[in-house]
Amino acid sequence: MEQNNLITGAEALLKALVDEGVDTIFGYPGGQIMPVYDKLYYYGDRLRHILVRHEQGAIHAAQGYARANGRTGVVMVTSGPGATNVVTGIADAMADSTPVVVLTGQVSVAALGTDAFQEADVIGITSAITKWNHQIRHADEIAESVAKAFYIAGNGRPGPVLLDITKDAQNELVEYSYRHCTGIRTYNPYPEPSDADIERAVELIDSAQRPFVVFGQGITISHAEKELAAFLTKGDIPAGATMLGLSALPSDFPLYEGMIGMHGNIAPNVKTNECDVLIAVGMRFDDRVTGKVSEYARQAKIIHIDIDKCEIGKIIQPEVGICGDAREVLTRITAKMRKASHREWIGSFDECRQAEQQLVIEPELRPDGGHIRMGEVVDMVAKVTGNKAIVITDVGQNQLIAARYSRYSGQGRSFITSGGLGTMGFGIPAAIGAKTACPDRPVCLFVGDGGTQMTIQEFGTVMQEGTGVKMVILNNNWLGNVRQWQELFFGGRYSQTRMLNPDYMGICRAYGIDSAVVEKREDLENAVRTMFEDNDRPYLLDVHVLEEGNVMPMVPPGKGISEIMINEKEWYKKNG
Amino acid sequence: MADSIKTYTVVIYTENSIGLLSQIANVFTRRNLNILSLSAGESAEEGSYHITVVTDGTERNVRGAALLVEKRVDVIRVDYYTDSEIVYKELAMYKVPTKSLLESGSMEKLLSGHQAKIVDINKKFTVIQKTGTAEDTSALLEDLKDYGICEFIRSGRIAVSKQWNAEEAE
Repeated sequence: MEQNNLITGAEALLKALVDEGVDTIFGYPGGQIMPVYDKLYYYGDRLRHILVRHEQGAIHAAQGYARANGRTGVVMVTSGPGATNVVTGIADAMADSTPVVVLTGQVSVAALGTDAFQEADVIGITSAITKWNHQIRHADEIAESVAKAFYIAGNGRPGPVLLDITKDAQNELVEYSYRHCTGIRTYNPYPEPSDADIERAVELIDSAQRPFVVFGQGITISHAEKELAAFLTKGDIPAGATMLGLSALPSDFPLYEGMIGMHGNIAPNVKTNECDVLIAVGMRFDDRVTGKVSEYARQAKIIHIDIDKCEIGKIIQPEVGICGDAREVLTRITAKMRKASHREWIGSFDECRQAEQQLVIEPELRPDGGHIRMGEVVDMVAKVTGNKAIVITDVGQNQLIAARYSRYSGQGRSFITSGGLGTMGFGIPAAIGAKTACPDRPVCLFVGDGGTQMTIQEFGTVMQEGTGVKMVILNNNWLGNVRQWQELFFGGRYSQTRMLNPDYMGICRAYGIDSAVVEKREDLENAVRTMFEDNDRPYLLDVHVLEEGNVMPMVPPGKGISEIMINEKEWYKKNG
Repeated sequence: MADSIKTYTVVIYTENSIGLLSQIANVFTRRNLNILSLSAGESAEEGSYHITVVTDGTERNVRGAALLVEKRVDVIRVDYYTDSEIVYKELAMYKVPTKSLLESGSMEKLLSGHQAKIVDINKKFTVIQKTGTAEDTSALLEDLKDYGICEFIRSGRIAVSKQWNAEEAE
């Protein structure tokens, strides 16, 4: 019996979520989380629950939600299989620094460790892939644990946090009071760089003749978009983005030179190995960014700014390592550095840019007939949406081509992808989450036929919620990226990459989702325009693209970042 | 040489959280660092614990592991040292038949030579205790083999840094 001011732990959990400002939960009920779902029955006015079709959908949707609006995503699932089904997404959130709080039900305290029905050692399983996890055994720990969970997930370098809530904790009665967490003695999320560090960075930047900036998602996370632009402008420094840094600068920003990395633009990759000072901000020198590490920017003095101390010196040993928040560090450096001009250096990017335009971009976007190419589809979406869509991708060629040809008008958080872990199946649920977070913005998913079928069950969620996601399948009947590697590096032996597809329009009809198939170039523009006509309606476009299309340019695995293939046979050479 | 393999002592200060030790062990596993010795206990500061891990590895790898451990929210601080930077000891206990010790007549000389002492004795067996480095405790083990060793056990290493930090002393 609930009496006086005592409530169950289950209700305390929901109250705590409300007190944290949570408005949306992505979840799936089951036996050991039922007391919470029972109380949720009365909280529908304060907490919107989106019922997914598989727990993996819940975690990716929460990631999409968090990445699109910067708030911590919330997942609620049951014990055992419910919890293990979110493991991939937790690892993904860890790799991409995404703030997510995962609430898992757990068997009663007495049954812990007895191999009880639907018991799994979720704390053990997730300890290496969460920023923090904690098992709640009693109701009086709930409020404090939730507060701590949101503090840890959202501050410093964000990441996933898991709370494993035993049945006892859900059912016990407790007097509820909530206090936001404002600090933990063992954790300093915002280390303060010293003046000396800033000074050393400023000296290097001021002395540079050929400075170059590479930036990553740290810019987005620390809300440093304006500060980055101001820093680049004052120093007259060209910049390239990592895949997760995309959209932090508008595509037409004068000093923006495009994406770095394996399938990045030629100019920023080549210039990485020609600059004299490389300033890396909010990025972690992923191997897809560096190529062969021993040949990465050897000529340059490197300044590495990151909020995570572990990242500094992990891959690349910098001359100056600054552990701190990107916005704060950039603000301090910009204030102290000299206004500079590097016109000649910046002019030297033109040659690479023109070569890429001529050798790679034109053939991809304006081919002489033949099948539709993937790049044309991405380009058309950018054109029709006026570069204003939030672009979501799955993983593979669809992701790389979307990263290469999407454009952004200055609103950050507009490119959402599974970068670090590379999780196929991320796309559809992440798009649902992003659209839920930003219902007014067009949200466009690019997904391959492989990834579509990994989480296609979430069409059910789209149907039930009416989520107005626009889903574009770049359909080539292959597991395209693996096929591309097989073509280039495995002698064309297409081992298990040929994939037959269902009739996606038929599937969409079954789910009540509007859809169309595009097979001809002349139909593409109208089809894309039709798709975006009503922002609130879900829509799927099944575009049959060139089957053996490759994503180029490409730095092959194991090569230095300036060794770039421009097509299947040719390498990029300077001066023609 | 930054890349040469040395013995490192990693000293970890933590909250007393359930499961933290397994998280720490996971970090060492992930970096392919074998835990040669491990000890854990309450530290001088109430509620905080220290864990001492001895491992062989390159400085780069051990540093990376130390940073990853320090990154755990419940970890306060991690330091790592080479042997020359610390005073370190371990505790060893040797269970030896009393009869053979007494018959030898050289027990006292042996124990004083090794700075070991008897902590328990009865008709059947004697328990000898020694603190020292792994080399010290192994040396005594070697000498005691002649008497017949029934049981030998050694603790993990504990260590104190040779650095002097005036602030810490206050």
